[in-house]
Amino acid sequence: MPKINSSAELEALRKDVLSSRDPLKPCIAVCTGSGCLALGAANLVTALREEIAEQGVESRIDIRETGCPGFCERGPLIVVYPDETCYLKVQPSDAKEVVQSVLEKTVIDRLLYVDPATGERLVHEMDIPFYKNQQRLLIGNNIKLDPTSIEDYLAVGGYAALEKVACRMKPEEVVALVKESGLRGRGGGGFPSGSKWEFTRNSPDPVKYVIVNADEGDPGAFMDRALLEGSPHAVLEGLIIGAYAIGAHHGYLYVRQEYPLAVENITLAIKKAEEYGFIGKNILGSGFDFEVEVAQGAGAFVCGEETALIRSLEGKAGEPKPRPPFPAVRGLWDKPTNINNVETWANIPLIINNGAAAFASIGTAGSKGTKIFSLVGKVKNTGLVEVPMGITLRDIVYKIGGGIPGDKKFKAVQTGGPAGGCMPESLLDMEVDFDQLTKAGSMMGSGGMIVLDEETCMVDFARFFLAFLADESCGKCVPCREGIQQMLTIVTDITQGKGREGDLDLLAQLTEVSGASLCALGKGAPNPVLSTMKHFRDEYEAHIAGRCPSFSCKELIAFYIDPDKCQACTSCARKCPATAIEGGKNQIHVVDQAKCTKCGSCLEACPPRFGAVKRISGEPLPPPLPKDARTVARGSK
Amino acid sequence: MSEIVLQIDGQEVTVQEGATILEAAQSLGIEIPTLCHHHKLEPYGGCRVCSVEVESRGRASVVAACLYPAEDGLVVTTKTEKLSRIRKSLVEMMMAHAPDSEPLLALAKEYGADKDRFKRNQSFCIHCGLCVRYCSEVKKKHALGFIDRGAKKRICFIPEIASKECWKCKECFPLCPTSALQASFVLTKSLTFGGEGEE
Repeated sequence: MPKINSSAELEALRKDVLSSRDPLKPCIAVCTGSGCLALGAANLVTALREEIAEQGVESRIDIRETGCPGFCERGPLIVVYPDETCYLKVQPSDAKEVVQSVLEKTVIDRLLYVDPATGERLVHEMDIPFYKNQQRLLIGNNIKLDPTSIEDYLAVGGYAALEKVACRMKPEEVVALVKESGLRGRGGGGFPSGSKWEFTRNSPDPVKYVIVNADEGDPGAFMDRALLEGSPHAVLEGLIIGAYAIGAHHGYLYVRQEYPLAVENITLAIKKAEEYGFIGKNILGSGFDFEVEVAQGAGAFVCGEETALIRSLEGKAGEPKPRPPFPAVRGLWDKPTNINNVETWANIPLIINNGAAAFASIGTAGSKGTKIFSLVGKVKNTGLVEVPMGITLRDIVYKIGGGIPGDKKFKAVQTGGPAGGCMPESLLDMEVDFDQLTKAGSMMGSGGMIVLDEETCMVDFARFFLAFLADESCGKCVPCREGIQQMLTIVTDITQGKGREGDLDLLAQLTEVSGASLCALGKGAPNPVLSTMKHFRDEYEAHIAGRCPSFSCKELIAFYIDPDKCQACTSCARKCPATAIEGGKNQIHVVDQAKCTKCGSCLEACPPRFGAVKRISGEPLPPPLPKDARTVARGSK
Repeated sequence: MSEIVLQIDGQEVTVQEGATILEAAQSLGIEIPTLCHHHKLEPYGGCRVCSVEVESRGRASVVAACLYPAEDGLVVTTKTEKLSRIRKSLVEMMMAHAPDSEPLLALAKEYGADKDRFKRNQSFCIHCGLCVRYCSEVKKKHALGFIDRGAKKRICFIPEIASKECWKCKECFPLCPTSALQASFVLTKSLTFGGEGEE
């Protein structure tokens, strides 16, 4: 591979890459991100390749295995170029038809997205409401890239930003540009990235480090994963530019070991970038040297906290260090260190290429650019969404997310990861940015967004996050280790019907102690409790009174069969995994409460026209019918 | 080394750069409670009973006095109602593990802590880390360490080292504010290295 030594050589290479490609040649881009892989995308790729081989049309159709474009709910998905026809939920059995349609330039109607509002079949990604309402500056490229191909990245303008910076800009100018763009850290803190770079740059020690924080650990969040898996060179290019601006010659990419494909793709990306000379000595002839290493985390959530990450990189236990001193002054091996999250780094090439003003034109006064969220939970279109800062929660949940499945009622949306907060219906029209979310008692976090419907118990939801944090606390300081555990004990008791008067006051007092924690994990730990107590205090009070309003906490509910409605169809008894339903032909069925595991199978099994199975919470259970009174009284025929 | 001027409880104090709030307060004779702090060891910041309120560049926060470096213009308050509530709760949480610890009983008296406020979990260890840190920082033997994390974190002797080093040293024993350390040692000894190394 020829090493690129100058701007001119890079442009020549790019021309070579582009001229060797025919933009009109059909190409089937198959998402092989982790989501679609889990849905069988690898089998689909095999089937497509076999079909193409069988028809002997290898020279006429390309296949590209890409990263995640975001619509995970409808995977495995493919986009057929050059027409950019988007097919969803494509199965290996569809391969023959897909290949045929590509050759015949036809469209397979049944694999298109059907707009639930109009019933219309939509051909292109950009027509689908899920995509139409997004602004995909970062993940929009994913479907166009084979992440293992640096040529694909060059074909979409990759490494032009690095060339501009290394060959034509002074490091101070780069820092100034990033400051001017208003970019804030995407990992959760929202600290202005340019200022962070400047602190590190201005630290007197000549040895400095840059780090990519890819220890994404929020439950249900996969933004960084999709970027690393799908567009690793964009992250790498951002990192190299940052290193140049800050004056670092060594960088680390700290990625969690649970992301094998991300590790594989970024490791390969580094190797390819080294071969072309984008990493190494005298990058693009600029005289700037830079090396990158991949380090794998070992499954500790707290290592996403920057000082714990640094300690982990140093080979020590992943415990946060007190700040100050901040990593910008004393970080990795006591040297000035700049850590940014994957998404922050990925924004850098955009800012360099399009200019600070273009970047700052998107978003709100205090938060610029786009933000990727992983939209999950009780929402129709789950997946990865990239939206301009300032979009409302309502637009994300309803326009992009398509609303709540099964016509259930919206209850809340949770953002910010385990230490984030829940926002109720009344806050749906809030503009999503760093400051508004914090004001609402939640936070941006790294971009997790969980939608909850009326069936989610908010007390149990808070309990889930407390349990997560109790497990993931490093255990060093008392307010975090003991405080979370105590809150968890109290909230668990409440969900189990053992709540007492005064528990809510005690919880409120405990949240104050958390403020004395060493790091953000402990300080943020009470947020799930605080925000749910603020907006859903009635649910806490109901639990203490013995009732779970969402019929979700098993200790507080019972399943009951209404003898007036039971038609002895035996559906429930056949479905019950605990054989807890007594009954038989012509016998009114009765739940044996001692055996019942409260799984809810009977409720699902009971035909809606009977509607005999009921959930009861907070009220006395009617006594079971005496055995001799259980014969079904059928109406006269 | 430059000099730093800060304010603690309304009094101005000058210290050398690198000094902590705790050291600055001590130079003024202002007492801040500590538990996991030891003059021979690096500041740890585990127990947080030395929490104080600071105001720096217009931002107020609660920080550990044993760790937080003195900064020019820093305004520190060591006694407020909020801090008393925090210290009281911290002591109560630790007392759920070690209700009879003498240093905890003394702090409980000062802050009106109720040892029964939280559900009892008599593990005895309050994770002050004095034993672990003393063994590694002063004795450089690393015969005991922390294992696991979160609520499951606990101290543990490393039998291979402990069987050679501990019986003749035991300097960590008097440091322990509870009886957890001695118990853990006896357990490790009986389970793994029996009479080996005894006099």
